[in-house]
Amino acid sequence: MSEEESHQKSLAMVVMSGDMDKLFGAFIIATGAAAMGMEVTMFFTFWGLRALKKNVSTGKTFFGRMLGLMYGGDITKSNPSKFGFGGMGRWMFGKMMGNHNVSKLIDLRDLAIDLGVNMYGCQMSMDVMEIPQESFIGGVKEPVGVGFFLLKAQEADISLFI
Amino acid sequence: MSDETKVDLELDLKGLLCPLPMVKVSQNIGKVEVGGVIRAVATDPGAMADIPAWAKSTGNEVLQAEKVGGEFVFLVKRVK
Repeated sequence: MSEEESHQKSLAMVVMSGDMDKLFGAFIIATGAAAMGMEVTMFFTFWGLRALKKNVSTGKTFFGRMLGLMYGGDITKSNPSKFGFGGMGRWMFGKMMGNHNVSKLIDLRDLAIDLGVNMYGCQMSMDVMEIPQESFIGGVKEPVGVGFFLLKAQEADISLFI
Repeated sequence: MSDETKVDLELDLKGLLCPLPMVKVSQNIGKVEVGGVIRAVATDPGAMADIPAWAKSTGNEVLQAEKVGGEFVFLVKRVK
């Protein structure tokens, strides 16, 4: 859209958190940036990986399967970083956000994909946590490592760690 | 000024919250020709800051951003 006006601005973001509130922040910023014509890279690692998952079980080894059970499901299972209360907080915030007509987290994520936000899983944490690419929703790019992220961050006008 | 501006597309953004008013304008700006105007009506007060910021970032122009009762009315011109 705006090649002639200098270069396209870009945003590079690490999403390490799987907390509902932080994921909201990440996806609101990402969709906003994409709408403003920026190229957006989101690099999901560790607890953030679940935000990319379908609601499928993961894990090969005993520990991997245990993690898949205890931190399983998809983005709709994310709990707020405060006010968790074993799922009560998620329910309460869900209600409150619904009452205020805020988009659901899962809808924001899917909107981000529609807007062309580039999402990548971190290969190393996917290996460690035994979460394969096949467990991710469509639209997530093939896994990359920190070198790729750092190159994107070097070139970016804004970089964030969430 | 709003009376004489020709509007090419009406957007109803009422009830939408951040970041959606800005996202919807961005998704729809391509539907009008360069020089065309979108009239968008939002209820999110944050849109008063966001839509002009979006326009500045994307090189488009906000002809009008006005509070009318409980609503915020924007005239956005596609510049490129």
